[in-house]
Amino acid sequence: KANDVVLYMKGTKSMPQCGFSSRVAGVLNYMAVDFADVNVLADEDIRTGIKEFSDWPTIPQLYVKGEFVGGCDIITEMTLSGELDTLF
Amino acid sequence: AKGPVSEAIAEKLTSAFSPVHLEVRNESHMHNVPTGSETHFKVIVISDKFKDARTPIKRHRLVNDTLKEEVAADGPVHALSIVAMTPEKWQAKLEKGEAVGPSPNCRGGDGSLPKRNEA
Repeated sequence: KANDVVLYMKGTKSMPQCGFSSRVAGVLNYMAVDFADVNVLADEDIRTGIKEFSDWPTIPQLYVKGEFVGGCDIITEMTLSGELDTLF
Repeated sequence: AKGPVSEAIAEKLTSAFSPVHLEVRNESHMHNVPTGSETHFKVIVISDKFKDARTPIKRHRLVNDTLKEEVAADGPVHALSIVAMTPEKWQAKLEKGEAVGPSPNCRGGDGSLPKRNEA
């Protein structure tokens, strides 16, 4: 069930290494959403691969049920508009 | 003085979107990189060209595509924060008294860029 929501980030959810990644992890934690974190810094192939998969140049990247939802700006926007609540 | 990367970003965005409002904010000073770096940017692009791009992802992808060289893995830009909307939405935002604040604070970085205090 935790694999429904996957956050590709820099660092881990408990030790983020990037402000943008930290914000998205923080939002998910605040909403008590069960999610799997994948530290792209631990594996260069994942870091490159995920950007190719989504055709998106930056990290963090949030996936819900296998679909790319967005990065930090989009997640922040969706949080403020209430749209993020509808995803979980 | 605006550096070459800032200039290139502004030029490409102007050319692609003919924006009614454009801001290219170099946020590198907020991060663990040397002074004068051009690695972390926030861009605000307000343009009619976003009229048919109904979701934020679609609008962001248009901006990403325009700046694809800059944000490529071997390009100069390490982080890109985007605000992209139509003039109507932007006007509504301004009327509500909202402003575009800075991006989240750095958490140290992933070690791939030279650090601020490195000789």
